[in-house]
Amino acid sequence: MTTHHRFELHEMSLRDGMHPKRHQIPLDRMVAIAVALDEAGVPLIEVTHGDGLGGASINYGFPAHTDEQYLRAVCSRMQRARISALLLPGIGTVDDLRMAVDCGVKCVRVATHCTEADVSRQHIGLARKLGIDTVGFLMMAHRAPPEFLLQQALLMESYGATTVYITDSAGYMLPADVTARVGLLRERLSADTGIGFHGHHNLALGVANSLAALEAGANRIDGSCAGLGAGAGNTPLEVLVAVLTRMGVDHGIDLYKLMDVAEDLVVPMMDTPVRIDRDALILGYAGVYSSFLLFAQRAAAKYDLSSRDILVELGRRNTVGGQEDMIEDVALDMCKSRGAGS
Amino acid sequence: MTKLDAAIIGSGNIATDLMYKLLRSEWITPRFMVGIDSGSEGLARARSQGLSTTAGGVDGMLAEFGAGKIQIAFDATSAYAHAENSRKLIERGVRVIDLTPAAIGPYCVPPVNLDAHLDSQAMNVNMVTCGGQATIPIVAAVSRVQPVSYAEIVATVASRSAGPGTRDNIDEFTRTTAGAIERVGGAKRGKAIIILNPAEPPLIMRDTIHCLVEGTPDTVAITASITAMIQEVQRYVPGYRLKNGPVFEGQRVSTYLEVEGLGDYLPKYSGNLDIMTAAARRTGELMAKQMLASSR
Repeated sequence: MTTHHRFELHEMSLRDGMHPKRHQIPLDRMVAIAVALDEAGVPLIEVTHGDGLGGASINYGFPAHTDEQYLRAVCSRMQRARISALLLPGIGTVDDLRMAVDCGVKCVRVATHCTEADVSRQHIGLARKLGIDTVGFLMMAHRAPPEFLLQQALLMESYGATTVYITDSAGYMLPADVTARVGLLRERLSADTGIGFHGHHNLALGVANSLAALEAGANRIDGSCAGLGAGAGNTPLEVLVAVLTRMGVDHGIDLYKLMDVAEDLVVPMMDTPVRIDRDALILGYAGVYSSFLLFAQRAAAKYDLSSRDILVELGRRNTVGGQEDMIEDVALDMCKSRGAGS
Repeated sequence: MTKLDAAIIGSGNIATDLMYKLLRSEWITPRFMVGIDSGSEGLARARSQGLSTTAGGVDGMLAEFGAGKIQIAFDATSAYAHAENSRKLIERGVRVIDLTPAAIGPYCVPPVNLDAHLDSQAMNVNMVTCGGQATIPIVAAVSRVQPVSYAEIVATVASRSAGPGTRDNIDEFTRTTAGAIERVGGAKRGKAIIILNPAEPPLIMRDTIHCLVEGTPDTVAITASITAMIQEVQRYVPGYRLKNGPVFEGQRVSTYLEVEGLGDYLPKYSGNLDIMTAAARRTGELMAKQMLASSR
């Protein structure tokens, strides 16, 4: 690999990992993991409700603690690492953003569906004005072709984002898809603008896609210890770090310490193994938002349906991130058609 | 039959759709459309329907038409322009129905609290947000049966039906809708979520309303109340439909709706925009009915 440019790794287990934990990570666990990641040299750690600031809801799940409680507890304990928060306009507001910055967050990632960047102007603008690391996060990026994504990335850049992400929320992309998207952004965005990649491991391509992103010029890559994240999880960070070490790429993280965080702190916390079961596989295969997984499984159990069928139907209806409310709705529709058919 | 003369302030998509709805009204005659760009398509359409038009704003209309002619005005401009428009109109005794997010006057969701505004003869009422018009009737239908400690709505609209105003200030939607869920819907705490979906062909507006009630939900009474409320909204939005529910789980009551527009000017999938213009028409008509009755 020819990667010699500088890049940073961004840890997700305390935000994306909130999905498989149903947003119930205990406060002391959250702090212990963040402290251990900091000691391992991880430069950026995300801490928020799985659906971002303001995600506490019936629709996405009420967390064990508020965003503010988590952020205050974690931020005060960091020696070197910067804490980031996720914000989805339409769910969270600029008030949540101000609160997060007040707690000590040094980076805000403003996430929109990959075709709707223009709802992020207010939030990106404020984050930049507040002087923090400002990231635009284009979710479900497999749904738009590279040229379209570029236009959306340019919008975020014009609002003040200093990094723009290609976010593979469904874990659907193949390495060539990542190369095409990251490569075009690298070519056409300002040289000062960073490019990031956020993967999900639903097709076991988290590491391969991250390498493709780095090779195409990305300078920020997301991963999660033991993969703890929605669907089959995020790119397993300790695996990516091991691969990068073997490749001789400088990443600044202590591999053994990171492996220990994964094995000793994150894995014991898992409610169920985060793995590519058939539901997670169908997310990646059919291009469905990874956070739908547990909701579909719960609806399947409640209404005696197949969770795979529910997920496929959600994909067929072109649902986007945040439409968790459609899962019970789809299940009820499936019950009706089952009733009509029998 | 006598009708009341009304003006439409604004000449964009919402104003144009509202004009077509008012042209069918038994209580209101749209006389004037007020724009700021003489070349706008909305003004041309208004002229072709026999309305007077001006590109000189509210001042232009008042100068041309004088006081006492127009009795109701619908403002479909912007939150920035609304305060001045409203002040000038009310000064001339014109009652104002505000379709912008300005919310100077009290929130109005017709089947929930229009009667109260008619009783108090409010001079300016605000139509909340599209998501508010679609969901607050359901929150109220639950809270009139049993106390609602928390209500949360998810409004999903087609990307094509979310205009630049909404996109520029999406927080205004979440804040305003959440506030009105409490003040008009009767929930102790409210939350609103909006999702834009770019699917093609565009999806029809979807709304999910989750309520947490105090105590065990009275499933029979709540279901009956929601059914009655849906029929009430259907009087002015025929495409307001229950898709699923109400689902009862513990203290949660969830209702899944679809809102299809009439397609007067805006496409049918834009139920979010249609329910605003339909609710504004409904509000104006009941005001007109009251004003005509008292002048007789």
